[in-house]
Amino acid sequence: MTAPTKAKAVPRAELKGDLAVLKEKFGDAVQPAEYEGVVIANDVLLEAARFIRDELGYRYLSSLTAVDYIQEGYFEVVYHAYRLEGGGPLVFKARTPRDVATVPSLVSVWPGADFQEREAWDLMGIRFAGHPNLKRILLWEGFHGHPLRKDWKEPYYEEEHKPFSSRWPSGHHIRAEDRVFWHDNVQYPLDWDPDQVEDTSDELLYIGMGQFARAETGELVEPKSLRTERLVVNMGPQHPSTHGVFRMVVTLDGETIVRLEPVMGYLHRNHEKIGERNMYLQNMPYTDRLDYICSMSNNLGYAIAVEKLLGIRPPERAEYLRVIMAEFTRIVNHLWAIGFLLNDLGAFFTPALYAIEERELILDLFEEAAGSRMMCNYMRFGGVAHDVSDDWIARAKELVYNRLPRAIEELDRYLTHNELIKARCQGVGVLPPDLAVAYSTAGPVLRASGIPYDVRRAEPYSIYDRFDFDVAVRYNGDVYDRYLIRIDEMWQSLRILRQALDQIPKGEIQAGKKQYMIRVPAGQAYGRVENPKGELGFYIVSDGSPNPYRYHIRAPSFINLTALNEMCKGHKVADVVVILGSIDIVLGEVDR
Amino acid sequence: MDELRDLNTMPVPSELSNNVFVTTIDRFVSYIYNWGRKRSVWPMMFGLACCAIEMICAAASRFDIARFGSELMRPSPRQADLMIVSGTVTKKMVPQIVRLYNQMPEPKYVISMGACATGGGPFKEGYNVVSGIDKFIPVDVYVPGCPPRPEALLQGLLKLYEKIERQSVRAVPWYQRGESEAIPVPILGPDLIDPRRLPEIRARLAELRARQGSSSESSS
Ligand code: SF4
Repeated sequence: MTAPTKAKAVPRAELKGDLAVLKEKFGDAVQPAEYEGVVIANDVLLEAARFIRDELGYRYLSSLTAVDYIQEGYFEVVYHAYRLEGGGPLVFKARTPRDVATVPSLVSVWPGADFQEREAWDLMGIRFAGHPNLKRILLWEGFHGHPLRKDWKEPYYEEEHKPFSSRWPSGHHIRAEDRVFWHDNVQYPLDWDPDQVEDTSDELLYIGMGQFARAETGELVEPKSLRTERLVVNMGPQHPSTHGVFRMVVTLDGETIVRLEPVMGYLHRNHEKIGERNMYLQNMPYTDRLDYICSMSNNLGYAIAVEKLLGIRPPERAEYLRVIMAEFTRIVNHLWAIGFLLNDLGAFFTPALYAIEERELILDLFEEAAGSRMMCNYMRFGGVAHDVSDDWIARAKELVYNRLPRAIEELDRYLTHNELIKARCQGVGVLPPDLAVAYSTAGPVLRASGIPYDVRRAEPYSIYDRFDFDVAVRYNGDVYDRYLIRIDEMWQSLRILRQALDQIPKGEIQAGKKQYMIRVPAGQAYGRVENPKGELGFYIVSDGSPNPYRYHIRAPSFINLTALNEMCKGHKVADVVVILGSIDIVLGEVDR
Repeated sequence: MDELRDLNTMPVPSELSNNVFVTTIDRFVSYIYNWGRKRSVWPMMFGLACCAIEMICAAASRFDIARFGSELMRPSPRQADLMIVSGTVTKKMVPQIVRLYNQMPEPKYVISMGACATGGGPFKEGYNVVSGIDKFIPVDVYVPGCPPRPEALLQGLLKLYEKIERQSVRAVPWYQRGESEAIPVPILGPDLIDPRRLPEIRARLAELRARQGSSSESSS
C-alpha cells in the first residue's frame, strides 16, 4: 500500500460504555483499537466473547471478517456484535502476526461464526484454533494460496489499483490472455508436478460425511462400527431444486437426514478481491450482482457504508427515492421467493408465473428510473443517479395502491390456507429462537423464529425512522411461518411505500457534485441495511487512497445457510428442497 | 414452401456436384428434418448466475419462450438439446459443466448467454473465473449483454434456428461413423487444469523453473 494506515497519528477509539466495562474487566488484555472498537488479546478472547454475549448482552454476532495489514505485519479479525434490543455494534478485534496466523475460534460461543471463520481461513489463511471443521469453503481443497492476502496476486494481475494505467486515460487495452505468461486465467506454483494431478477434494468431503461423532465422547467413528445403513447422497451443484449452483451432501438413514453439509463456491466470483482493486464508485455495479434479485437495496447498503466514511447524507428527495426503491425491491424479492418456494413444493411454475407477472411491472419502473431492469446501478454516494418523473410517481402509486395489494391478496387467498401447503410446510424445518440467534441468521428467517429484529428499526438508517410500519414477526420458526412472514413483510413494505410516495418532496437528488473518483478519508466503517434476505453489511477499510483497502460483504444468504443443517436434521430428503427454498438464498451472494 | 423452392435453386456444393440426385434428396430430407427439430429445442434447466434470472423471465409470464417451442426445460442433460450457459463460469464449476455437456446426447447446441459466459464479463480478472465457456466447450450462439434482456435470449434462440436450418443430414457429426469424442473434464489442482493443455503446462513450468534457477544463480 502506498499510504500506510498508521503513517499519520491514527485516532484511537474512545472507551466508553460497554467498551469501558470490557476494559475494566480484562485490564491490559483489552486495548483501544484504531478508529473503533477494542483489540482483545488472543488468550482471553474466548472468555471475553462469552462475557460480551452473556454479561453485556450482545447476543447476536453479525459479522466476522479479517483484514490483512501487511505493512504492520499482522492480520486482524474484526467482529461486530449486536444487542437484539437494538442499538449500535460492539466492535472487537483480534490480532495475529502474519507468520503465525492463528486466532481462537469463536464457534463455541457463536455457532454463527462457523462459515465466516471458514471463509476467513479460505481466503485469508487464518487458522481458527478449535474450529470443528476448518476446511476451505469457497475454493477447493488444494488451491494454491489464500487470495485475499495482500501479497497474493491473481493470474491476470495488472496493477494494484484501478484505473489501470494501460487503459486510462489513453484507452489502450490488451487482452489479458495475451499479456500474461500462462496465456490464460491460471497460474501454477513452481514446485508443483503436473504428472501428479489428482482431484481429491470430493473424497475428502465424503470421508468427512461418513463419520459420526459419538455422543458421549465427541470422537469421530467410522460408520461401520455403528452397523446401520447410511447413505451419502450428493445433490447438486446441477440440481433442479437448488436455486443455482449450490450443492448439498446429505447423509441419510433410510430417508431421514442425519447430517447435511452445504458445499458452495461454485459461483465464487472474487467480488472482494476485485472490489479492492476497484475505485469506490466502480464497485457500485458489482454490488448489483451480489444478490441479483435485489440490486437496488444492495446499492443502498454499499452507499450507506461509504457515506459513513465520507460523513455525508443525501438530500431529501434522494433519501425518499432510495427508500421507495428498496421497498419495491423487497416486494420483488418476496414475490420471487414465494413463487419459487411453491415450485419447490411441487406446484410447478403456476404460482411463480403469477408472482413474476407482478415483478415485471416493478422492473419496468426500475428500468425507467435506472436504465436497466435488473442491474440497476442506481445509487451514488450522496444521492441517486437519476431523478424520476411525476408520471413515474403516478404509476408507482397506481401499483402500490391498486395493483400490488390485489396481487398479494390473491397469493394469500390461494396459498395460505391451502391444505397441501400446510401439510408440507407446518412443523418442517423448525429453527427455535435461541438457535436462530446463535446461528446469526437474519431477515425473514430470524423473524419467523420469533425474534423481532429488523435493522430498519434496530439501528435505523436512511429515513426509516420517519415511517410508520410494524416489524413482522412469527413464532413457529417453520417453513410455513417463513412463508407467512414474507406475505406480512410485503404488506408492511406497501405501507412504507404509500407514505414515501405521498410525502416525497421536490428537489436535489445528489449532494455536492457528481464525482468519478471520490477521496474517502482513512477509516473503517460497517454499514448495514435490512435487505429482503436479511442483514446485508459492508465492512470497508479505507486508507485514504481511491480504492478500498479492504472490502468485505456480510452476505445474509451465506450466513443463513449456517443453520441449514440444524433445520434439516430429522426430516425427509424431500423436505430439504423446501427448507432450502424457505431460507431463500441467492448464489451470487452466498459465494460472492 | 418458398424455402423449399429456394433450396432447389441453390448452387450445388462442389464436393457433391457429381451426384445431384442424391443431394436433392438430402436437401429435402434435411429440410423436413431440420424444420421438425428446430421448433422444439429443449433447453436444460441449468442456471449459473444473474443471467439465469433473465433466462427464467424469458420462460415466464411476459416473454413466454413457449412461443418458440422451448418451454420444456429438462432437469436432466440426457433429455436436453440445448445448454444455455447463463452466467459466470467459475473454475470450481467448469468440470461439472463439461461433464454435463458430455452427458447430453447429440444433436446438442450451446448458447452462451451474457458477458460472463462469453468472455468472463465484469468478473474476468477474478482468480476463480474462467474467461469464457468456449475455452472448454463449443458454442453455437453468443448473446451479448449483462444480463441480456429476455428478448435478446429469444433472438439468440432464433439465430440458433437459422443455424439448425442450414445443417445437412449427411454432414452432421452425429450421423458420421465412429463415436464422437467426449471433452476431457478439467481438473482442480493448485489451479484449474485443462487436461488438453497438460503438455504445454509442463513445458511452461520447466521454462519458469529454468528462469528462476538462472536468476537466483546470477544474484548469488
Ligand atoms: S453477464 Fe452480467 S448478468 Fe450475466 S452472469 Fe455475468 S455478471 Fe451476471
